[in-house]
This record gives sequence, C-alpha cells and structure tokens, in this order.
Amino acid sequence: MKINFLLMMPLIIPFLFSVIMLFIGKKPKVHRVIAALSELFMIIVSIIIVVAVYQNGTLHTNVGNWPAPFGITVVYDMVAALLVLTTSILTFFVIIYSYQSIGIERETYYYYPMLLFMITGINGAFTTGDIFNMFVFFEVFLIASYVLIVIGSTKKQLREGFKYLVVNIVSSNFFVLGLGYLYSITGSLNMADIHVKLASFDGNKDVMTLVSIVFFFVFLTKAGIFPLYFWLPDSYSAPPLPILAIFGALLTKVGVYAMMRTMSLFFSFDQSFTNTIILALALITIVIGCIGALAYYDLKKVLIYNIMIAIGFIFVGITMMDLTGLIGAMYYLIHDMIIKAGLFLIIGFIIYRTGKTNAKEIHGLMSVHPVTGWMFFIAAMSLVGVPPLPGFYGKLFIVKSAFENGYYIAGIVVLLSSLVILYSIIRIFIQVFWGKPAVQSELRQIKYDKLLFSSFALIILSVVFGFTADLLYPLFEMAATSIVDPSTYADYIMEVE
Amino acid sequence: MEFITIVLSGVLIGAATYLILSKSVLRIIIGISVLSHGIHLMLLTMGQLKRGNVPILEDSVTNYTDPLPQAMILTAIVISFALTAFSLVLALRNYKVLGSDDTETMKGAQNEN
Repeated sequence: MKINFLLMMPLIIPFLFSVIMLFIGKKPKVHRVIAALSELFMIIVSIIIVVAVYQNGTLHTNVGNWPAPFGITVVYDMVAALLVLTTSILTFFVIIYSYQSIGIERETYYYYPMLLFMITGINGAFTTGDIFNMFVFFEVFLIASYVLIVIGSTKKQLREGFKYLVVNIVSSNFFVLGLGYLYSITGSLNMADIHVKLASFDGNKDVMTLVSIVFFFVFLTKAGIFPLYFWLPDSYSAPPLPILAIFGALLTKVGVYAMMRTMSLFFSFDQSFTNTIILALALITIVIGCIGALAYYDLKKVLIYNIMIAIGFIFVGITMMDLTGLIGAMYYLIHDMIIKAGLFLIIGFIIYRTGKTNAKEIHGLMSVHPVTGWMFFIAAMSLVGVPPLPGFYGKLFIVKSAFENGYYIAGIVVLLSSLVILYSIIRIFIQVFWGKPAVQSELRQIKYDKLLFSSFALIILSVVFGFTADLLYPLFEMAATSIVDPSTYADYIMEVE
Repeated sequence: MEFITIVLSGVLIGAATYLILSKSVLRIIIGISVLSHGIHLMLLTMGQLKRGNVPILEDSVTNYTDPLPQAMILTAIVISFALTAFSLVLALRNYKVLGSDDTETMKGAQNEN
C-alpha cells in the first residue's frame, strides 16, 4: 500500500517550515511570513482531511511502508481530524497576534520556529497510532514548550519555567514506565493492536488497573486535574500572552485527548473503578477552578482557573463513556479551545493597551473601545454557554448524560459552576469596561489592529460554530462514536493480520 | 536476574525521589537524570533480560532476545539527555538572573512580575 502523504502533511508542514526558518537565521520579518503561510497551508490541509475522514471513515497510513503492528502508523479518526483542524486555526491567529505583541527580540530569537515545533508535536500526539510514538511526540511539544515558557528570560518566566520543566519531566518519565508495563503485558506498541490483544487477554486483569493508574497519573498531570494541577496556574501566568493563549488552549487538551484515547482503547474492560475516581477528581477540579476564578481580579489568573473548570467539564463527559457524554465532551473540547484562545487574546489586548493586569486598576474602556467591549461580552456569554453560542451544546449533552447515568451530583455541579463562570467573567467585564470613562492619553499608544483582528476573528468563529453546531452534528457524532466504540478506530489492524 | 534489576531500578527511583524533593536546583537536576536511569532500567527488564540469541535473522537460531525495549530505551535516553542538557542551561541562567540556586527563593509568584 502506498503512503498517503495527505495524512503526513500536518506533521511535515510545520516541521519543514520551522527547519527552513532555522536555516534562514535571525530575520524576524521573514519568519513572520513563513510562519503564517505554513499555518494557512495547515488549515487547508486539515479541512481536506476532515472531509476525507467524514467520507471514508478512519484513515491510516504506514510510515515507511512497514505494515501496521510493526511499523509506526498515522491514524486519523474524526477526533484527531477535528483537533488538528482546530489547532491549525488557533495557531494561525496566534501567529498573526504575535506580530504586534510578542516583541521583536523574542521574534528574532526563534519564537516562530519553536511555536511550529510545538505544533508538530501536538499534531503528532493527536494523530499517531503508536503509543511509544505518542510519548516521543509528547516530548517534542514539551521540549518546545520549555523553550517558549522561558523565551525572553524575565525573572518570573525563569522561575516558573523551571518548575514547569521539573513537573513535566517527572510525569514523562512515568509515561515511559507505564509504556514498559503495557509492553510487557501485551507485547505490542500499536494502539489498535494493543486494543485487539487486550480483548482476548486472559491473564490477571487487575494488573491493567495498575497500568491505567500510571497512565492516568501522567495524562492528568498534563491536563491539570486536581490534585495534580498545582503547577498550572503559576506556570501559565508567566509567559507573554500569545504563548499563554496557545498553552491554555492546546497543551492541557493534549492530556485530555490522550486520556480519551487510552481510556477507550486500553482500559475499557473494567472502568467502573477508575472512572468513578476520575469523575470525583473532575468535580473537585471544577470546584477548585471556581474558587480560583472568584479569588482573583488578575485577568490572566481568572481565565487560567477557567481552563481548569473546562477540563473538569470535559472529564465529566468522558467518564460517562456513553455516546451522549462523549458528544458533549467533544463539543465542549472544540468550543473551549476556540473560545479560550479568543478570550486570552482579547484580555491580552486589554493588558497591552493599559499596561495593567489587575482588573481593579482598569476602568471605563468602553468609551475608547466600544466594539472590543461588546466582543468581550459575546465571548463571555459563549464561555458560559448561553444558548445560541457553542458552550451550550457541550454542557447540554454532558449534563444530559450525567443525569441519564444517575450521577445527579455531577450534573448539578456542572450546572451550578456555570453560574460561577458567569459571575467571574462578568465581574471582570464590569470592572474593565464600565465605570469612570478611560482617557485616551492614559492608555499606552501601541499598534493594535492585528491584536483586535485575531481576537475578533476567534470570537466570531466561536459564534459561527455555535450557529452551525446543528449542521456539524454528524461530525461530532462520528468523533464520539470512535471513542465509545473503539472498533471503528482499531479495525484497520484487521486488514493486515 | 530480572529480580535484581527491578530492585536496582526501585533503589534508583527512590534515590531520585529524595534528590528531587531537595531544595538545591542542581540536586533536582541530578535527581531527574537518576529517575530516568531507573525507569530505563525498568523498561529494559520489561522485555526480559536474557531469553535467547542476538536478534539477527538466521536459520539455526529459533530463540531471539526482544530488541524492541532496547530500541525504545535508546530513544528515551536521547530524549532524557537533551532534557538534562536543557535543564542545566536553564539552571545556569536561573542562577545568573535570580542569583540563587535555592528553590526556597524561587517562590513568591504573587510578589513580583
């Protein structure tokens, strides 16, 4: 069988372009153009892939023509295709946003190549069909993220960067340990092959629970679930805003994706034990996120704690492990990636324009930037999930599934926390945009057309996503089916054997 | 033989935990590399240490050692080598900018920006 190059493109494009940028050297203006171009290509390619996956079902290609269980396979089901598409769109707008915000020094010292290396790793982690390869791609995007978190070397970045580094290296090491256990039990590394082998596994199944705990420790640390979230708020508030936006929107979601994939493929036969624990942890995460979001007036911190709430929601949907819950989780995952990036970018504009991060010190921006104010309001409504906007669909399905499965407390916590999100974000809106009108001369005179372009584009995208959610339902149903019923994902292995 | 290496990797991981929990940045970095050594040893043991011949295809040999764990360890070693190098550079830079290698002074995200 021929190698399908279309499926390799999301790995090749960002990698190739960042290597080209490295060879060009310290020419930030050229880097800007190349980075934006590469992500434009990525958007086109990933739209084509989504359409192809929709028409043909799960697609796969064998790297180097080695047949599936032996070689490394790249597998696209709808989950991976949708996540790659969202990643490309977000990265494109963050790159445009960086032109006027990240600073020419950081751009000179290889900010764009590092960003694209990180995207290579993230796309790889989403699409690989080989669990060891997933570890390697985790390392690829983590090592790029270590560079991004300290780029510029301010005191805060170095201090928080070191903590981030240590936490992630330790959890990655446990990933290798879990891989070792899994390999010694199944004798395979291909995820579909492991799934098939585990179905006919007749040894002691308790040992799989042990392996699942090791894996869940790793992925929950990356996703920032209680009690493994401790590194998240401080580390994420250190880097500059475009980097924060891409971290907040993408990095934790890779952990979520890895959890979804491993739960559905490897640890599916005895879920009641681990799922109850994860559900409880997800609910505690929501509560802690709510407390954090209410405790701060710092613009970044409020949104960072909102990431934790969103992760909690998605995990509530995933742990239900039925079609409704997973459709909800997928809707909320995609919605949250878009709107978190949009909100981070728009508060980034506020921070760059006023020079302050504490909402209490900012007031009356509405007189100077009325459109931005209302855009922020729409974004806030979308985050909360007011009906025509996309947050609603995810929550609807998640809550419905929770009630159907008899987890009433989970459903109620999800619903009540929406009120807390509403309060925490509207509080900021009132502080920043209303009150004594701001004076033009007190604001910093910066160029901000591209800042506004990117943030508005993402918020409008979120609104469009909300109105087309019904139209896109088949895609999300397909994605959820591929998690609930892993045979749609794993069937390609049968053709070979 | 497997039993000994498992115990050994347990000792390494235990020592690494002790080092990572200390306050000095350099000790933490040494702890990270010791941790990865312990885990690589564990990974090696997972494929069974000695169960056959060199894994080269030959008609007379039927029992091969599994080469895959070794290939995986090779990858993991390269990655951990790169990470150790990066963390040492980061520690140096931390020391130059923050003037300390004590994690106790690296607290206080609330106090400054």
